[in-house]
Amino acid sequence: MKMEIPNMLRREFLSNCVRKLPALAAMASVTASWKSVWAGGNDNYDPSEHDYAMAIDIHKCIGCGRCVEACKKENNVPMDDTHFRTWVERYVISEEGETLVDSPHGGMNGFPELKEDVKVLRTFFVPKLCNHCENPPCVQVCPVGATFVSPDGVVLVDEDYCVGCRYCIQACPYGARFLHPVKKVAEKCTFCYHRITKGMLPACVEVCPTQARIFGDKKKTSSPLRRFLRFMDITVLKPWMNTKPKVYYGGADGEVT
Amino acid sequence: MTKIPQQLIPLVILFALIIVVFVAARQQFVPESFGELGFYRADALKEISSQEPKYVGAETCGDCHDDVYETKANSYHRGVACEACHGAGYMHVEAPDENELFAPRGRDYCPVCHGYNPSRPSGFPQILATVHNPGKPCMTCHDPHNPTLPHTPEDCNACHRSIANEKLVSHHTELPCTQCHQVPVEHRKNPRLVRAEKPTSRATCGTCHAENANSREGIPRVDMETHGERQVCWQCHYPHSPEGR
Repeated sequence: MKMEIPNMLRREFLSNCVRKLPALAAMASVTASWKSVWAGGNDNYDPSEHDYAMAIDIHKCIGCGRCVEACKKENNVPMDDTHFRTWVERYVISEEGETLVDSPHGGMNGFPELKEDVKVLRTFFVPKLCNHCENPPCVQVCPVGATFVSPDGVVLVDEDYCVGCRYCIQACPYGARFLHPVKKVAEKCTFCYHRITKGMLPACVEVCPTQARIFGDKKKTSSPLRRFLRFMDITVLKPWMNTKPKVYYGGADGEVT
Repeated sequence: MTKIPQQLIPLVILFALIIVVFVAARQQFVPESFGELGFYRADALKEISSQEPKYVGAETCGDCHDDVYETKANSYHRGVACEACHGAGYMHVEAPDENELFAPRGRDYCPVCHGYNPSRPSGFPQILATVHNPGKPCMTCHDPHNPTLPHTPEDCNACHRSIANEKLVSHHTELPCTQCHQVPVEHRKNPRLVRAEKPTSRATCGTCHAENANSREGIPRVDMETHGERQVCWQCHYPHSPEGR
């Protein structure tokens, strides 16, 4: 009798395995099925092979605002003064240690001359956009699952599913989101998802005349992005928020937040 | 068999009904692909990526405009995408004759990048539009696809405008740049390949500021042996504006 118990267990275990095989196969097919999602777009594209990120070289930005204009045109962002997926800020640090930041029209039409009474210690341009955080607060707060991190590491908004509650706009520490004035849904930078999945560069990177923006794949070991990350002193915006941003700034001043 | 208490029967029916309605409603309202990849609609990825690009990329332009593309590829503007100046090209690609692209020819466009702005990196070529050949469109002298200067610049401030501006209002205003920098002639034509030299030792400043220097009166002098110890002068004094900074 004592000898039979282990035999019974083994038999039970094996029969259980056989019985649960279809369930395991079903689970595997779910993970495989999202490759079929791409059947309509680019057949060769597998989002799990990528992890997109951007680097910005502060030393190279000339504040021409071509990126802002290109982004607006590429993504049909309203051409007004308040809605931007990317924008350029001018930092002016005075001799008194005061930091002045301005971004008239997002920097799209250039920057006016500095006020004469400001004694400039340092001044530079900082392009900003959604940081595509690895730990995005905007995704956490979305009540309906309309915003999410894609398998290739891009934070996206499902505009058909967004209810326009604006939680995500409040949650974003970088002010990168806005409510589309006509569609009444949350909008933000997508790294030009429709371009990068076709192997193109985001519009802002494409038009940047000084290559101040570097776009790339963190999973690709030999790329301009990885080289930049290796050789520059990298900072991210508001690291204390624990958002793990994926827009890396090279040569950014400590004042930049 | 135990009997279900009579008072529970309506409750069981009610609960069964609620569950049926919930399941049916969920089936109806939750999109098909929801939850496939995570707490979102997997189809959204496909929808977002199906948007058509408007900026076609410089390689596409090169397919037809190979001559201009070639010129630009060998010029200082090699890194500037065609669409940075000409605008998005998606309509032009579909029907080139009907949708001609915008070509900025006025004097207001080039300063978008090349106008002097103190926030710009100081090595970036910048001009003051009000004093740089006023009235002439940029294209009369510069070919935008190959902007190498039509003649070699005479002054350093043609490129190093921000430094020149600072020096202009400092005590060093009368000194020529070559007082401290050795500038090979070739540097004016190929600034990135042939660099101008910077001072390497304290002796450069010492030629005027040492106590026994042969320079005119009134110039501040220091004892080169004791002043500043191990530092070189420009670790504390900015030579282009020695008063402050």
